[in-house]
Amino acid sequence: MTVQVRASGARGSSGRRRRYAGLVAGVAAVLAAVTACGNGGSGGGAQGGFQPVQQTGGKVTVWVDATRLPAAQLYQKQHPSVQMDIVTYDGDANGSNYLQTKVSLFNRTRSGWPDVVFSSQNNEVTWAVQAGFTAPLNKGQIPEATLSGWTAGANDPCTVEGTLYCLRNDLAQTVLWYNAPLMQSWGYQVPKTWEEYQALGQRVATEHPGYLVGTAGDNFTPEIYLWASKCGANEVTGPKSVKVNTTSANCTRMASLLDTLVKNRTMSTSSVFSSDFAKNAADKILMMPGPSWFGGSVFQESFKTPAGQIAAAPLPQWAGDPSPSVGNVGGGTWLLSAHSANLKDATDFLTWVTTSDEYQGKVSPGYPAYAAAAKTWLAKQSSSKYYANDVAAPLQAAAPQVWPGWGYGQFSQEAIWASTVTPGLTAGKTIVSMLPEWQTAITNYARSNGYEVSQ
Amino acid sequence: MTTATPATRPAGTPSRRRVFWPGRAGHLFVAAYVVLLIAFGVVPTVYAVYFAFTDAGDNFTGFSNFVEAATDFRFFSAVGHVALYLVCWLVSLVVFVVGLALLLHRLTSSGTSKALRFLYYIPGALAGAASVLVWLFMLDPSVSPVSALLRAFGFDTFGEVVAPDHLPVLFTLIAFWTGAGGWIVVMYGALNNIPPDLLEAARIDGASVWQTAWRIQIPLLRKWIVYMVILAFAGGTQLFVEPQLLSQASVGVAGRDYSLNQLSYDFAFQNNNVNTAAAISVELLVVGLVVAGVFVARSGFFDAD
Repeated sequence: MTVQVRASGARGSSGRRRRYAGLVAGVAAVLAAVTACGNGGSGGGAQGGFQPVQQTGGKVTVWVDATRLPAAQLYQKQHPSVQMDIVTYDGDANGSNYLQTKVSLFNRTRSGWPDVVFSSQNNEVTWAVQAGFTAPLNKGQIPEATLSGWTAGANDPCTVEGTLYCLRNDLAQTVLWYNAPLMQSWGYQVPKTWEEYQALGQRVATEHPGYLVGTAGDNFTPEIYLWASKCGANEVTGPKSVKVNTTSANCTRMASLLDTLVKNRTMSTSSVFSSDFAKNAADKILMMPGPSWFGGSVFQESFKTPAGQIAAAPLPQWAGDPSPSVGNVGGGTWLLSAHSANLKDATDFLTWVTTSDEYQGKVSPGYPAYAAAAKTWLAKQSSSKYYANDVAAPLQAAAPQVWPGWGYGQFSQEAIWASTVTPGLTAGKTIVSMLPEWQTAITNYARSNGYEVSQ
Repeated sequence: MTTATPATRPAGTPSRRRVFWPGRAGHLFVAAYVVLLIAFGVVPTVYAVYFAFTDAGDNFTGFSNFVEAATDFRFFSAVGHVALYLVCWLVSLVVFVVGLALLLHRLTSSGTSKALRFLYYIPGALAGAASVLVWLFMLDPSVSPVSALLRAFGFDTFGEVVAPDHLPVLFTLIAFWTGAGGWIVVMYGALNNIPPDLLEAARIDGASVWQTAWRIQIPLLRKWIVYMVILAFAGGTQLFVEPQLLSQASVGVAGRDYSLNQLSYDFAFQNNNVNTAAAISVELLVVGLVVAGVFVARSGFFDAD
């Protein structure tokens, strides 16, 4: 058996080496990932007097997502004297936290920050101010006359204790999208109140089963319905405090409306972005409450709904409510780096990209947050002949109606809803029954992000 | 590491060059490895241990980072998830890998063995994230090539497939599909190392196929099985890619904060708390080392036969 012994001896030693290597490599991979990112807690706050670094001019580094790339390219074309380094990244889409991760790394290495960044998220300042990354914009950097041109409330997510730390790119106010020829041929009136909306949903269930009046399967379902219903699930009351009450009457009235329509199958539980929805439900939409970008991104691009069908109406309101309110789903922001050595050019680009008619009015896919550009943008939508009615009036009316009681915290309400409520909805539970669970989840995530939570 | 020396100077090669350092090739080979090991293994480990016991201001904080991790509302559910996954994963790995390797070994004479060996190995050749992506397609009834099967089980949407209760099984399926092929080939190699005269002796003594497998082959595979379990355990506790990708694919509906590594990642990159993140990774390191230690000690892994 000597052969056996030697063979297994060799195996043992190679096994030992490989086991060790495997273990170490595995551990190393994790630790490298963890340690590579510094704890940017050391980045000093920029809240007080803003002290720009020495202005040496030079290249302006701009980070944009693929959708905003034409903006940077257009600016470069029109301003050839400005040296630009345009970098595309994921735009923090779906809360990827790429920007936060990189900034904390740059804070550790003390270099590398981009000068201007676009983010598809509107809650970046909740960490970026603390990390000392964003420069204030309303302390002489951008004239007040320019800043007053934004739609009322548009820059709320960018404001921390009176100081503006970012500029809103686009608005995502919600309206009621509907199929105009279908509504007309079935003899339905566009609902003005949520009560009418629910009643119409119940009629559709019996008269035209299979057709949809909306979907509750998206991560932003709470932002479309519960935000608009003035549900106090996300009342950010200070930089690190939030009030959460998901079981008030304002929340339950909308939750039970959703439950009723989910039960009679006129409300889908799939996401508009799921392959399932595109395949089975895209041509069965009678109505769909949704943000301003649904018209272009969802109906025109994703579902390829033919021209002349989709129309927009103001979002229904609760009967007897004197102050109309709508929700909001996203709307990107632009940030200026406090570390920029070429604030002049960086600020010029930032101002141009958020306010110019050439980009915001004529190229931007979303509803511009800057009011003058929004006018141009709406005129362009009307002239495109895609919509069945004039979408300008309802979109414009909804822009300043976004209910201000829903805040922009560091934790993602969309992610919390997705992991807490959506699986239950898929399993057949009602939203009303999951509201307390939702409250607990928001409270937990808010606390783990360092928020004081009250009810 | 002097054992490598003969390999660099095959017998019969005239040694015209002057040998000034007999083992230099071996040392060079090892040196490259050692440098990488130190740079990407030892230094980050030490760095993580340092982080785990300090705060953002580099002050020693004792076990407070560990306490913070353990008191997080996601910690114990993540521990439960990983434990359940490990049970599913290790049991299926040991049973199916050994079983399939034995079957493969019995097929040695026929050409199918080679083909099967290759087939088993293919999924392992895909990079981890890519093979998880393949599964994300497989599990979505609206695009899956096996959608009929999914519908037969009553799953009409991706959301129904990735319901929270299904996750341990799904992750086990993915991990088995991507990782087990390599192990089957390794076990097959180990089975080939069993001297044929031993098996022949068993046959002459009247042992059935089952008895041969149970009493001869599996006991001789024991060290390989232990080796596999140790590595699979270490890999399994570090579950990350599967839930993270699933979480992105389902836009956060399933797999968010599922494993301890995801929690560590969240601490580091969302809560900007690299110290607590390091504490979790140190815990995983300790668990992996302790379990490996127990297995090695109990199995006589390093004993010569």
